[in-house]
Amino acid sequence: MNAIKFLIAAYIATWLVHGVYLGSLLQRFSKLRQQLRELGKGK
Amino acid sequence: MKRVFPILWVLTALLLAYGTYQALVVAPTERTMGDVQRIFYYHVPCAWTAFCLFFTNLFASVAYLIRKNVRADALAVASAEVGVVFCTIVLVTGPIWARPVWGIWWTWDIRLTTTLVLWLIYVSYLVLRRFSDTAQTPILAAVLAIFGALDVPLVYFSIWYFRTQHPQPVMGKGGSLAPAMLHAFLINLLAFSVFGFMVCWSRYRLEMLKREVEQAQALESLAGAGARPAASLPLSRSAR
Amino acid sequence: MNSFWAITAATLVKDIRLEWRSKDALNSMLFFSLLVVVIFSFSFDPNAEESRQIAGGLVWVAFLFATVVALNQTWARELKNQVLDAYRVSPASPNGLFLAKALGNFIFVLLLEAVMTPLFIVFYNLRALGPAWQLIPVGVLGTWALVVNGTFFAALSLRTRSREIMLPLLLFPISIPAIQGMVEATRILLAGDGSARFWIVLLLTYDVVFTTASLGLFGTILHAE
Repeated sequence: MNAIKFLIAAYIATWLVHGVYLGSLLQRFSKLRQQLRELGKGK
Repeated sequence: MKRVFPILWVLTALLLAYGTYQALVVAPTERTMGDVQRIFYYHVPCAWTAFCLFFTNLFASVAYLIRKNVRADALAVASAEVGVVFCTIVLVTGPIWARPVWGIWWTWDIRLTTTLVLWLIYVSYLVLRRFSDTAQTPILAAVLAIFGALDVPLVYFSIWYFRTQHPQPVMGKGGSLAPAMLHAFLINLLAFSVFGFMVCWSRYRLEMLKREVEQAQALESLAGAGARPAASLPLSRSAR
Repeated sequence: MNSFWAITAATLVKDIRLEWRSKDALNSMLFFSLLVVVIFSFSFDPNAEESRQIAGGLVWVAFLFATVVALNQTWARELKNQVLDAYRVSPASPNGLFLAKALGNFIFVLLLEAVMTPLFIVFYNLRALGPAWQLIPVGVLGTWALVVNGTFFAALSLRTRSREIMLPLLLFPISIPAIQGMVEATRILLAGDGSARFWIVLLLTYDVVFTTASLGLFGTILHAE
């Protein structure tokens, strides 16, 4: 069933792209929160 | 607001899981294409969500040009970036679907090609934002978004006519949807719309946080230089 | 309204005079155009029948590259002498400046095309099987489509890093329907394969839409603060 491979590939690709993007969002969030905390301490 | 956000995310995840279950298990197997057709339940909702996000970007860009509201600009950035993500998925799942079904990776299918051009326009939009770090960036980007929006109908028509001259395979369902399929499709449409909304909202919050940090940094450097922090900072000009 | 055209004409004449005095840019662009045609001819060496099918695409891609190189110079001179700031401060309508720049580029690119076209005809043994006179509106409308958006995006890219790469990055996606129009119309006219009317109308529509948009929004980006 060669066609099923494509189905699986499509579903994996979808969630891979979303996962990477959401991951990058979370990473950017934590970096910014860190910066904000440091600035707060600096004052 | 702070507690609602994670709850909404959980609900979104559940909705997506339910949609996937519908798409992979409940929906009947399509007669001509077989199980591969199930890609459709992801491909089309992602396209719909991407178009909604790009429309949001246009709306936010125009709003920014009129009112110079910093929130409008943050929304413009967020919707463009998330729109590109969903658009990427459409362009990736499209060929993956086309290959086993029609034997070719690409076809100048009108929806797929329009999506490609939209993707290109909005990637160039994001590149402009990345490469331009001045106070004028929001205005320049908003103008580009308007140009992009004006372009889309022309793209659609030119591809439409091209296809009448050069017949190509049509991607898509081909025929009407059986009720069980329609049900699965609508659920996924809802799930991805909600998902797109949540990701965009998250990105918007990230953008506002980023500006808050930048403003705090500016204040910090001013205070560090011994000067009194000014009541109106250069950054807040864009917030007027 | 009188002063608008006066400013446009004055700026245009100034640009042409400047360009003519230092023939460097002109000569190097002409040589560049020749090189492009030769490289294409080496890379795509089809027989007469095939060449009629693909020449449309080849010619317009070559024109597109020449346009981008020409456009990149367009605002550089202004920026160097802080002329843009002077324009921003003056009460003159920004549209006059834009139109003058666009027309100057238009004339410049038409000149390059006039040089490249006979070369293409020679190297590819081109002959139009359809109504050849229609190639003129295709050429004019197509060139204007590239130049009007190119001039606008060149101004937009002025305040960005990597200015030179920014221009084609912004221009190419938006130009896709116009490029499709130019290429298809040229192909149809060369191969005598039907009517190019739709594509000519599309190019005309594209030109009207984007000329209006550029004139309407140029003030916004010039005065962006």
